[in-house]
Amino acid sequence: MMHSPVATRRTVTGIPTGRLAVWWVLASEVFIFGGLIMCFLLYKFNDAPGFEDASMTNTPAGAFNTFVLLTSSLTIVLAHAAAEKGELKKCFNFIWCTIFGGLVFAVVKLYEYTSKIFPEWYHTPATHEPITILSNVFWSFYFTATGLHALHVLGGMVIMAMISQDVLKGRNLQRVELIGLYWHFVDIVWIFLFPILYIANF
Amino acid sequence: MSTATATAQDHAHEEHHEMGFLEKYIFPTDHKMIGMQYMFTGMFMAAVGGYFAYAFRMQLAFPGMDVPFFGQVTPQAYNMLVTNHGTIMIFWVAMPVLIAGFGNYLIPLMIGCDDMVFPRINRLSYQVFFVSTVVLILSFFVQGGGFGGAWTAYPPLSSVPEYNLTNWGSSLWLVAVALEIIAFLLGGINFITTTMNSRAPGMKMMDIPIVIWMINIAVIMFMASVGPLIAGAVMLFMDQRIGTTFFLPSGGGDPILWQHLFWFFGHPEVYVVLFPTLGLVADVITTFSRKKLWGYRTILYTTIATGGLAFVVWAHHQFIAGIDPRMANVFVVTTLLISIPIAEIMFCYIATLFGGSIRFTVPMLWAIGFLMTFLLGGVTGIYLGASGLDIYFHDSYFVIAHFHYTFFPITIIGMFGALYYWYPKMFGRHLNEFWGKVHFWGTLIPFNCIFLPLFLLGMAGQHRRIYNYEHFPDLASPDLQGMRVFATASLIIMLLFQIPFLINFFGSMFIGRKAEPNPWKANTLEWTVPSPPGHGNFKELPSVYRGPYEYSVPGNREDYWPQHMPDRN
Repeated sequence: MMHSPVATRRTVTGIPTGRLAVWWVLASEVFIFGGLIMCFLLYKFNDAPGFEDASMTNTPAGAFNTFVLLTSSLTIVLAHAAAEKGELKKCFNFIWCTIFGGLVFAVVKLYEYTSKIFPEWYHTPATHEPITILSNVFWSFYFTATGLHALHVLGGMVIMAMISQDVLKGRNLQRVELIGLYWHFVDIVWIFLFPILYIANF
Repeated sequence: MSTATATAQDHAHEEHHEMGFLEKYIFPTDHKMIGMQYMFTGMFMAAVGGYFAYAFRMQLAFPGMDVPFFGQVTPQAYNMLVTNHGTIMIFWVAMPVLIAGFGNYLIPLMIGCDDMVFPRINRLSYQVFFVSTVVLILSFFVQGGGFGGAWTAYPPLSSVPEYNLTNWGSSLWLVAVALEIIAFLLGGINFITTTMNSRAPGMKMMDIPIVIWMINIAVIMFMASVGPLIAGAVMLFMDQRIGTTFFLPSGGGDPILWQHLFWFFGHPEVYVVLFPTLGLVADVITTFSRKKLWGYRTILYTTIATGGLAFVVWAHHQFIAGIDPRMANVFVVTTLLISIPIAEIMFCYIATLFGGSIRFTVPMLWAIGFLMTFLLGGVTGIYLGASGLDIYFHDSYFVIAHFHYTFFPITIIGMFGALYYWYPKMFGRHLNEFWGKVHFWGTLIPFNCIFLPLFLLGMAGQHRRIYNYEHFPDLASPDLQGMRVFATASLIIMLLFQIPFLINFFGSMFIGRKAEPNPWKANTLEWTVPSPPGHGNFKELPSVYRGPYEYSVPGNREDYWPQHMPDRN
């Protein structure tokens, strides 16, 4: 067992160190997703072939997922509020509500992916040709962007499950706020992806 | 924002107990040890990169020769050597030594703090970096050999195995670079958070040593520029492995887009490695001029301005790539503009030297050597920044000579200055002065002899990425070939002069003269603790009363005035 390392606990800026660091993490994430979305828009405005396929994305499923993700952001805020008041059980429950929201999001996502790749599973005869990441540049972007976002959702769920264990013991309660910041970021990325991939039928 | 919110919590040391070998040297959380790990890994990779340079320079000077210690350089091996020479020197030498190495070592010591705010993330950062190093080295040995599509990895050459002939090498190369970027993002977040939150009580924004400012500005620039490249790397990786066509014209993709993504990172990256060295050199120059740093605020604000401008110059790498000529106009203007703030910083350094009582110690020699050689690199950049001239110079040896005149002073000359300056603090002993001077002249003179001929070769029209100039009769004339031989001979001399340095470096750790806490009579906080500093750095965390560069202040008995000293010195 290693002993705990020397580490300062100063907060010269008045912002807790953990929160400051998460903001910097999110800042660097903005540039990753920003770069991806910028590439998408550049292709779109240069009339790359295949972008008319935007009309084939499942808009109702995307809208439902937007609703689910926004609601889960509400529950993580409520978890944070409960943690501030020291209501551990309530905080624990709200964290798991958020995880459940992430799970619903992931399941809907899975339905969307499979209905594109294996259309025959849902309609016989299939209503369209199988669509994969290789179909054209639009679908490459669709699967890359939503896939990268889905990985962030899954990562957030795992971290939340770990934090919820600490919450029950009353330890590291500030982490509820930190994962909340992250979860809002994941939410905001979706707010950008939803209109460009689902609503806009170029 | 109060700078004096130090509380009783401030000194939250756990009780110290003896650490085992593994915990102290292999899996440390101590920022000093992590900095050294980065530095030694960087030194090892520098040796690999230098070896690669030796091999391909021999091939250029004596085509088809059986190179000693390497063997035949085949065309495929030649491509792999130049590609990985560039990749290693930027990502595995400049970044780890200048930013991660010196950043880790100096930030907590110079801001008066016991360690980084996230010591475990710091350790993780090095571990990820170590894995990236292993992956890169492995990529040389897979079937087909290491990646040979240049460090810029332009598709479709980099994305189609039938073109680059390195199916696995190119993907492993990409994975290694991605891991390396992750390591620096982890480290960078730690650096900024530490500097923002853990400064010693009384250390105001304008009391921070300029090198700490520079490292932080560099890290922020890195974070802001690398994101689009990460997105691009994901897309390129899928092009390689899954068969998407993000960058393939045959499938509706656009190869120029990769160039934009790469250079949107690649150009700020130049400043990401330049700034730490500018900061390190500023400290060395000020200490050995025994004079206040001229224009602290000017240097700081121009650095920030340069950082901003650096984001809008990237397309000057693509003047002949088929971009809109109207866009080229804009980028010519921004590129020429950026030379103004950099010149301003150089003038501030020269003004610091002016009228000082200069001590020509070994670190000072390197620092002045940095200013002079970097000046040449900067001036030749103005030629390349003008799109009309660039049409002729593009992809010639003029470009190679230009960027080596910037990167070599940054990564090697300036870095050696800092290493000779902080060595007594790091290892508790002095380096040998005589061999230090031999090393300095033995590096500086051959360096100029390597790259001045390359300017001439470039102006004569010698294109880069050519494996054997005998195939081009116009370029194989005896005088041009003579210059190639001269450059290669100079390179070998320079490499040989690193041997006394290595002996000096490792030998002095054991037999060097013992170093007192403050051998150079400098002001910053790292010189107030014993050499080398113990775990947790300070016995009692210091308070700061003034800026870091108060040298030769009238009314003091001594010519330096340490930051932590409440009274006159």
